[in-house]
Amino acid sequence: MTAVLAPGTTRTTSKQALGVHFSGLGRSFGAAGSRRAVLRDVSVEVEPGEILAILGTSGCGKSTLLRAAAGLDVPDSGEVLIDGTPVSGIDERCAVAFQEPRLLPWHTLQANVAIGLPKSSSASAGKAKVLELLKLVGLDAFAKHRPREVSGGMAQRTSLARALARNPGVLLLDEPFGALDALTRLRMQDLLLDVHSAQPTTVLLVTHDVDEALQLADRILVLGRDDDGHDDAREGSTITELVTVPGARPRDRNSADLGALRSSLLSLLGVTGH
Amino acid sequence: MSSEVGQRAVPISRAGLAAIGSPVTAEDAVGRGDVPAGSGSGARRSTGRRIGIILLGLIVPALLLLGWHLSTASGFFKPSQLPSPASVLAAAVDLVDRGQLATHILISTQRVVLGFLIGSVLGVVAGAVLGLSRVADILLTPTVGALRAVPSLAWVPLLVLWIGINEDSKVTLITIGAFFPVFTTLYLGLRHVDRNLVEAARAFGVNGLRLLTTVQLPAVVPALFSGLRLALAQSWLFLVAAELIASSMGLGFLLVDSQQNGRVDRILLAIILLAIIGKTTDALLGIAERWAVRRWA
Repeated sequence: MTAVLAPGTTRTTSKQALGVHFSGLGRSFGAAGSRRAVLRDVSVEVEPGEILAILGTSGCGKSTLLRAAAGLDVPDSGEVLIDGTPVSGIDERCAVAFQEPRLLPWHTLQANVAIGLPKSSSASAGKAKVLELLKLVGLDAFAKHRPREVSGGMAQRTSLARALARNPGVLLLDEPFGALDALTRLRMQDLLLDVHSAQPTTVLLVTHDVDEALQLADRILVLGRDDDGHDDAREGSTITELVTVPGARPRDRNSADLGALRSSLLSLLGVTGH
Repeated sequence: MSSEVGQRAVPISRAGLAAIGSPVTAEDAVGRGDVPAGSGSGARRSTGRRIGIILLGLIVPALLLLGWHLSTASGFFKPSQLPSPASVLAAAVDLVDRGQLATHILISTQRVVLGFLIGSVLGVVAGAVLGLSRVADILLTPTVGALRAVPSLAWVPLLVLWIGINEDSKVTLITIGAFFPVFTTLYLGLRHVDRNLVEAARAFGVNGLRLLTTVQLPAVVPALFSGLRLALAQSWLFLVAAELIASSMGLGFLLVDSQQNGRVDRILLAIILLAIIGKTTDALLGIAERWAVRRWA
């Protein structure tokens, strides 16, 4: 999937990639009395333009972390700073792609991507931008199709284009390829890297796929229970590991370095013997 | 392949195949070229089938008419009990000659259309407000529920006293009848809009009126139309109720007037006209519904 951009088109209009700072983030769910902590003491600094993969087992609070950055969820403690200013409410500087495409079925793909445009954009500039993004994700021939008329992979690419339409300083991806078949997932990963090099933005990628994290990320953050050595193991996930992935992208999926890292990450996630 | 194509009804396999990989190739254009041709012949086929279905649906009414004719022609029923189809037709011709039939039909249709439109608009507004605003829901839903529980004919004496025996009171009664089905279906529909879609739209800064028009209302279009069809049926029901009670024109008046004069032929005529006009208006709304569901669902 080699996406080609007309020289200077996206890059010049792109906002600068913005740094994200999670500061002592904590979140519990449930009614008073039976509240269960999901996240506690999550503090990490994400550099502008970095791709950070957030890895963890199912239900460990990965999505909650992402939703806090998007302003879709309000943490109980701590805060998220984007470019130094705290997130409160839906944040214009972020764009989200969810695990499901979540496209409006009564709109064409083109109209769905247009939903992502910032409020300030003019109609003609917005239309040009949408068509450019559909081209970027290889769907320009399907601009007038409805979501139900295209495959799951195409719908998910549309969802990515909608997020990019925002010109986000921070791109938040919540297991965006999780529901796709293995082949389509690999192509989507390559597409994401193409997009990132064409439009450098900070990317927070939630995933439960170790290989995906190794392939895409600059750094990998592992969320999990930090209960070793303590009797009073506290509830909720926190950062158990933060590693820098060696090598420049695209990485050889079979290199020995990555193999060792894969094993240690898998064992952190409770899977041994691989 | 089938999972890639999804629910596509027309052949798009080549386009779907090409779509998995990128860049999109020339095969796509061919694949997409298939689409208009495929759906075009599909439309012709379905039009032919629809006419066939309509003709099949007329079989039972035709048999009923035949049975009616035979039972009166054989003398099984006396004309004072059940007049023959021919005498009902004669009654219709007689009323047309007197210039009354068109008046009855037009005034009744006008009342229904006015009451239905006003009631539907009010139902949409109230359903949207109570379906979307938590505060309005908490404050107003018990009251609206209690009002809905009032049997509609209970309003008649009040309307007659307040508004008088005129067009306004009849249209008001029909408005009440049309309001509740629209209100209820929209109110419930809005509570069940896919929360994922709403959240996704909110994440892109869509909120307030724009959220209503881009996500919430389109999502409830199918439910809204079933409410509108119920409302239309209610409107005809309430029309006859209003005209039976106090009127000097209209199909309901024709019913009560003929009852007092012992004109069974005219009573049957009024009933048949109500059936035909009611079915026609419902069919027109059904066409609009099919269009809207294709557009939004």
